[in-house]
Amino acid sequence: MDEPIAKVSIVVSKGSLEGVYPALIMANGARAEGMEANLFFTFFGLDAINAKRVEHVKVAAVGNPGMHLASLLGVLPGMSAIATRMMERKMEENDIPGLPEFIELVADAGCGLYGCRASADLFGFTEADFVPQVKSIITVGEFYALSAGGQIIFT
Amino acid sequence: MTTQTLAGVTVERDAEGFLMDPSLWGEAMAEAIAAEEGIELTKRHWEVVRFMRRAYETSGAGPNVRLLARTSGISVKELYALFPKGPAKTAAKIAGIPKPHGCI
Repeated sequence: MDEPIAKVSIVVSKGSLEGVYPALIMANGARAEGMEANLFFTFFGLDAINAKRVEHVKVAAVGNPGMHLASLLGVLPGMSAIATRMMERKMEENDIPGLPEFIELVADAGCGLYGCRASADLFGFTEADFVPQVKSIITVGEFYALSAGGQIIFT
Repeated sequence: MTTQTLAGVTVERDAEGFLMDPSLWGEAMAEAIAAEEGIELTKRHWEVVRFMRRAYETSGAGPNVRLLARTSGISVKELYALFPKGPAKTAAKIAGIPKPHGCI
C-alpha cells in the first residue's frame, strides 16, 4: 500500500464561493481522516476570512462557463447575488454549511487558518480585519516551513 | 482484509481496521481497538462510541463529524480532543461499525 498522506496545506487564492468551498471541504475532510491540515488565504481568497466580507462571498456569474449562463446575462445587476442564493439553497438542501459556519467548523476541527502577509499588506488588512479563527498573518516562507513534509494544494 | 482474534473473538477487518461484521462487536473489543489507536477510553469517549453505535443501529450508518457534533451535543473541538485522528472515523472503528461516508 502507498504511504498515506499525513498533512496537507491548501492555498486559497480566489474570492468566489466556488473558489473557497473546495478548499474548505478538502481541509475538513483531511482533518476527519486524521491528517494535519492548514489553509493559507491569499489575494482575493482573503475575503473568506475577512470578518466584513465572509458572509458576502458570491458565485461568479461572469466568466464562469460552469454556470451555463450567457456572459451577457451574467453582467446584469444582481445576477451574481441570484446565482449565489440559488447555490446557497442547494447547499442547505445538501446540508453543506454556510461559509461563516464552515470556517468555524474547520478551525474547531484543528485546521490552521493563516492569512498571506503580502496580500494583507497589499490590501491594507491587519489581523483585526479577519475572523477570530485566523491564527496569524504569515509570509510565504513561513507557509513553506509550516507545510514541510506535507502536500501543497493550490486552488 | 485480515482475520484476527480481538478480545477472544475471531473477526475480519478491512484494510483500515473496520470490522466487517458489526454484530460480532462487544465492549471488550472496543477497549482492544481503542488501545490500537492509542486511546484509553474514558467515560466521555464511551458516550461518543455508544452514540455512534446507536446511530448505526437506528439509521444503518454512523454520522460524520459535523452531524455527530450536532446530534450528540458534544462540540467539534471536544470531539477532536477525544479522538485526534478523526472523531467520526476513530469512534466508528472503536464502535465496530462501518466508516462514516460523506465529504463534510
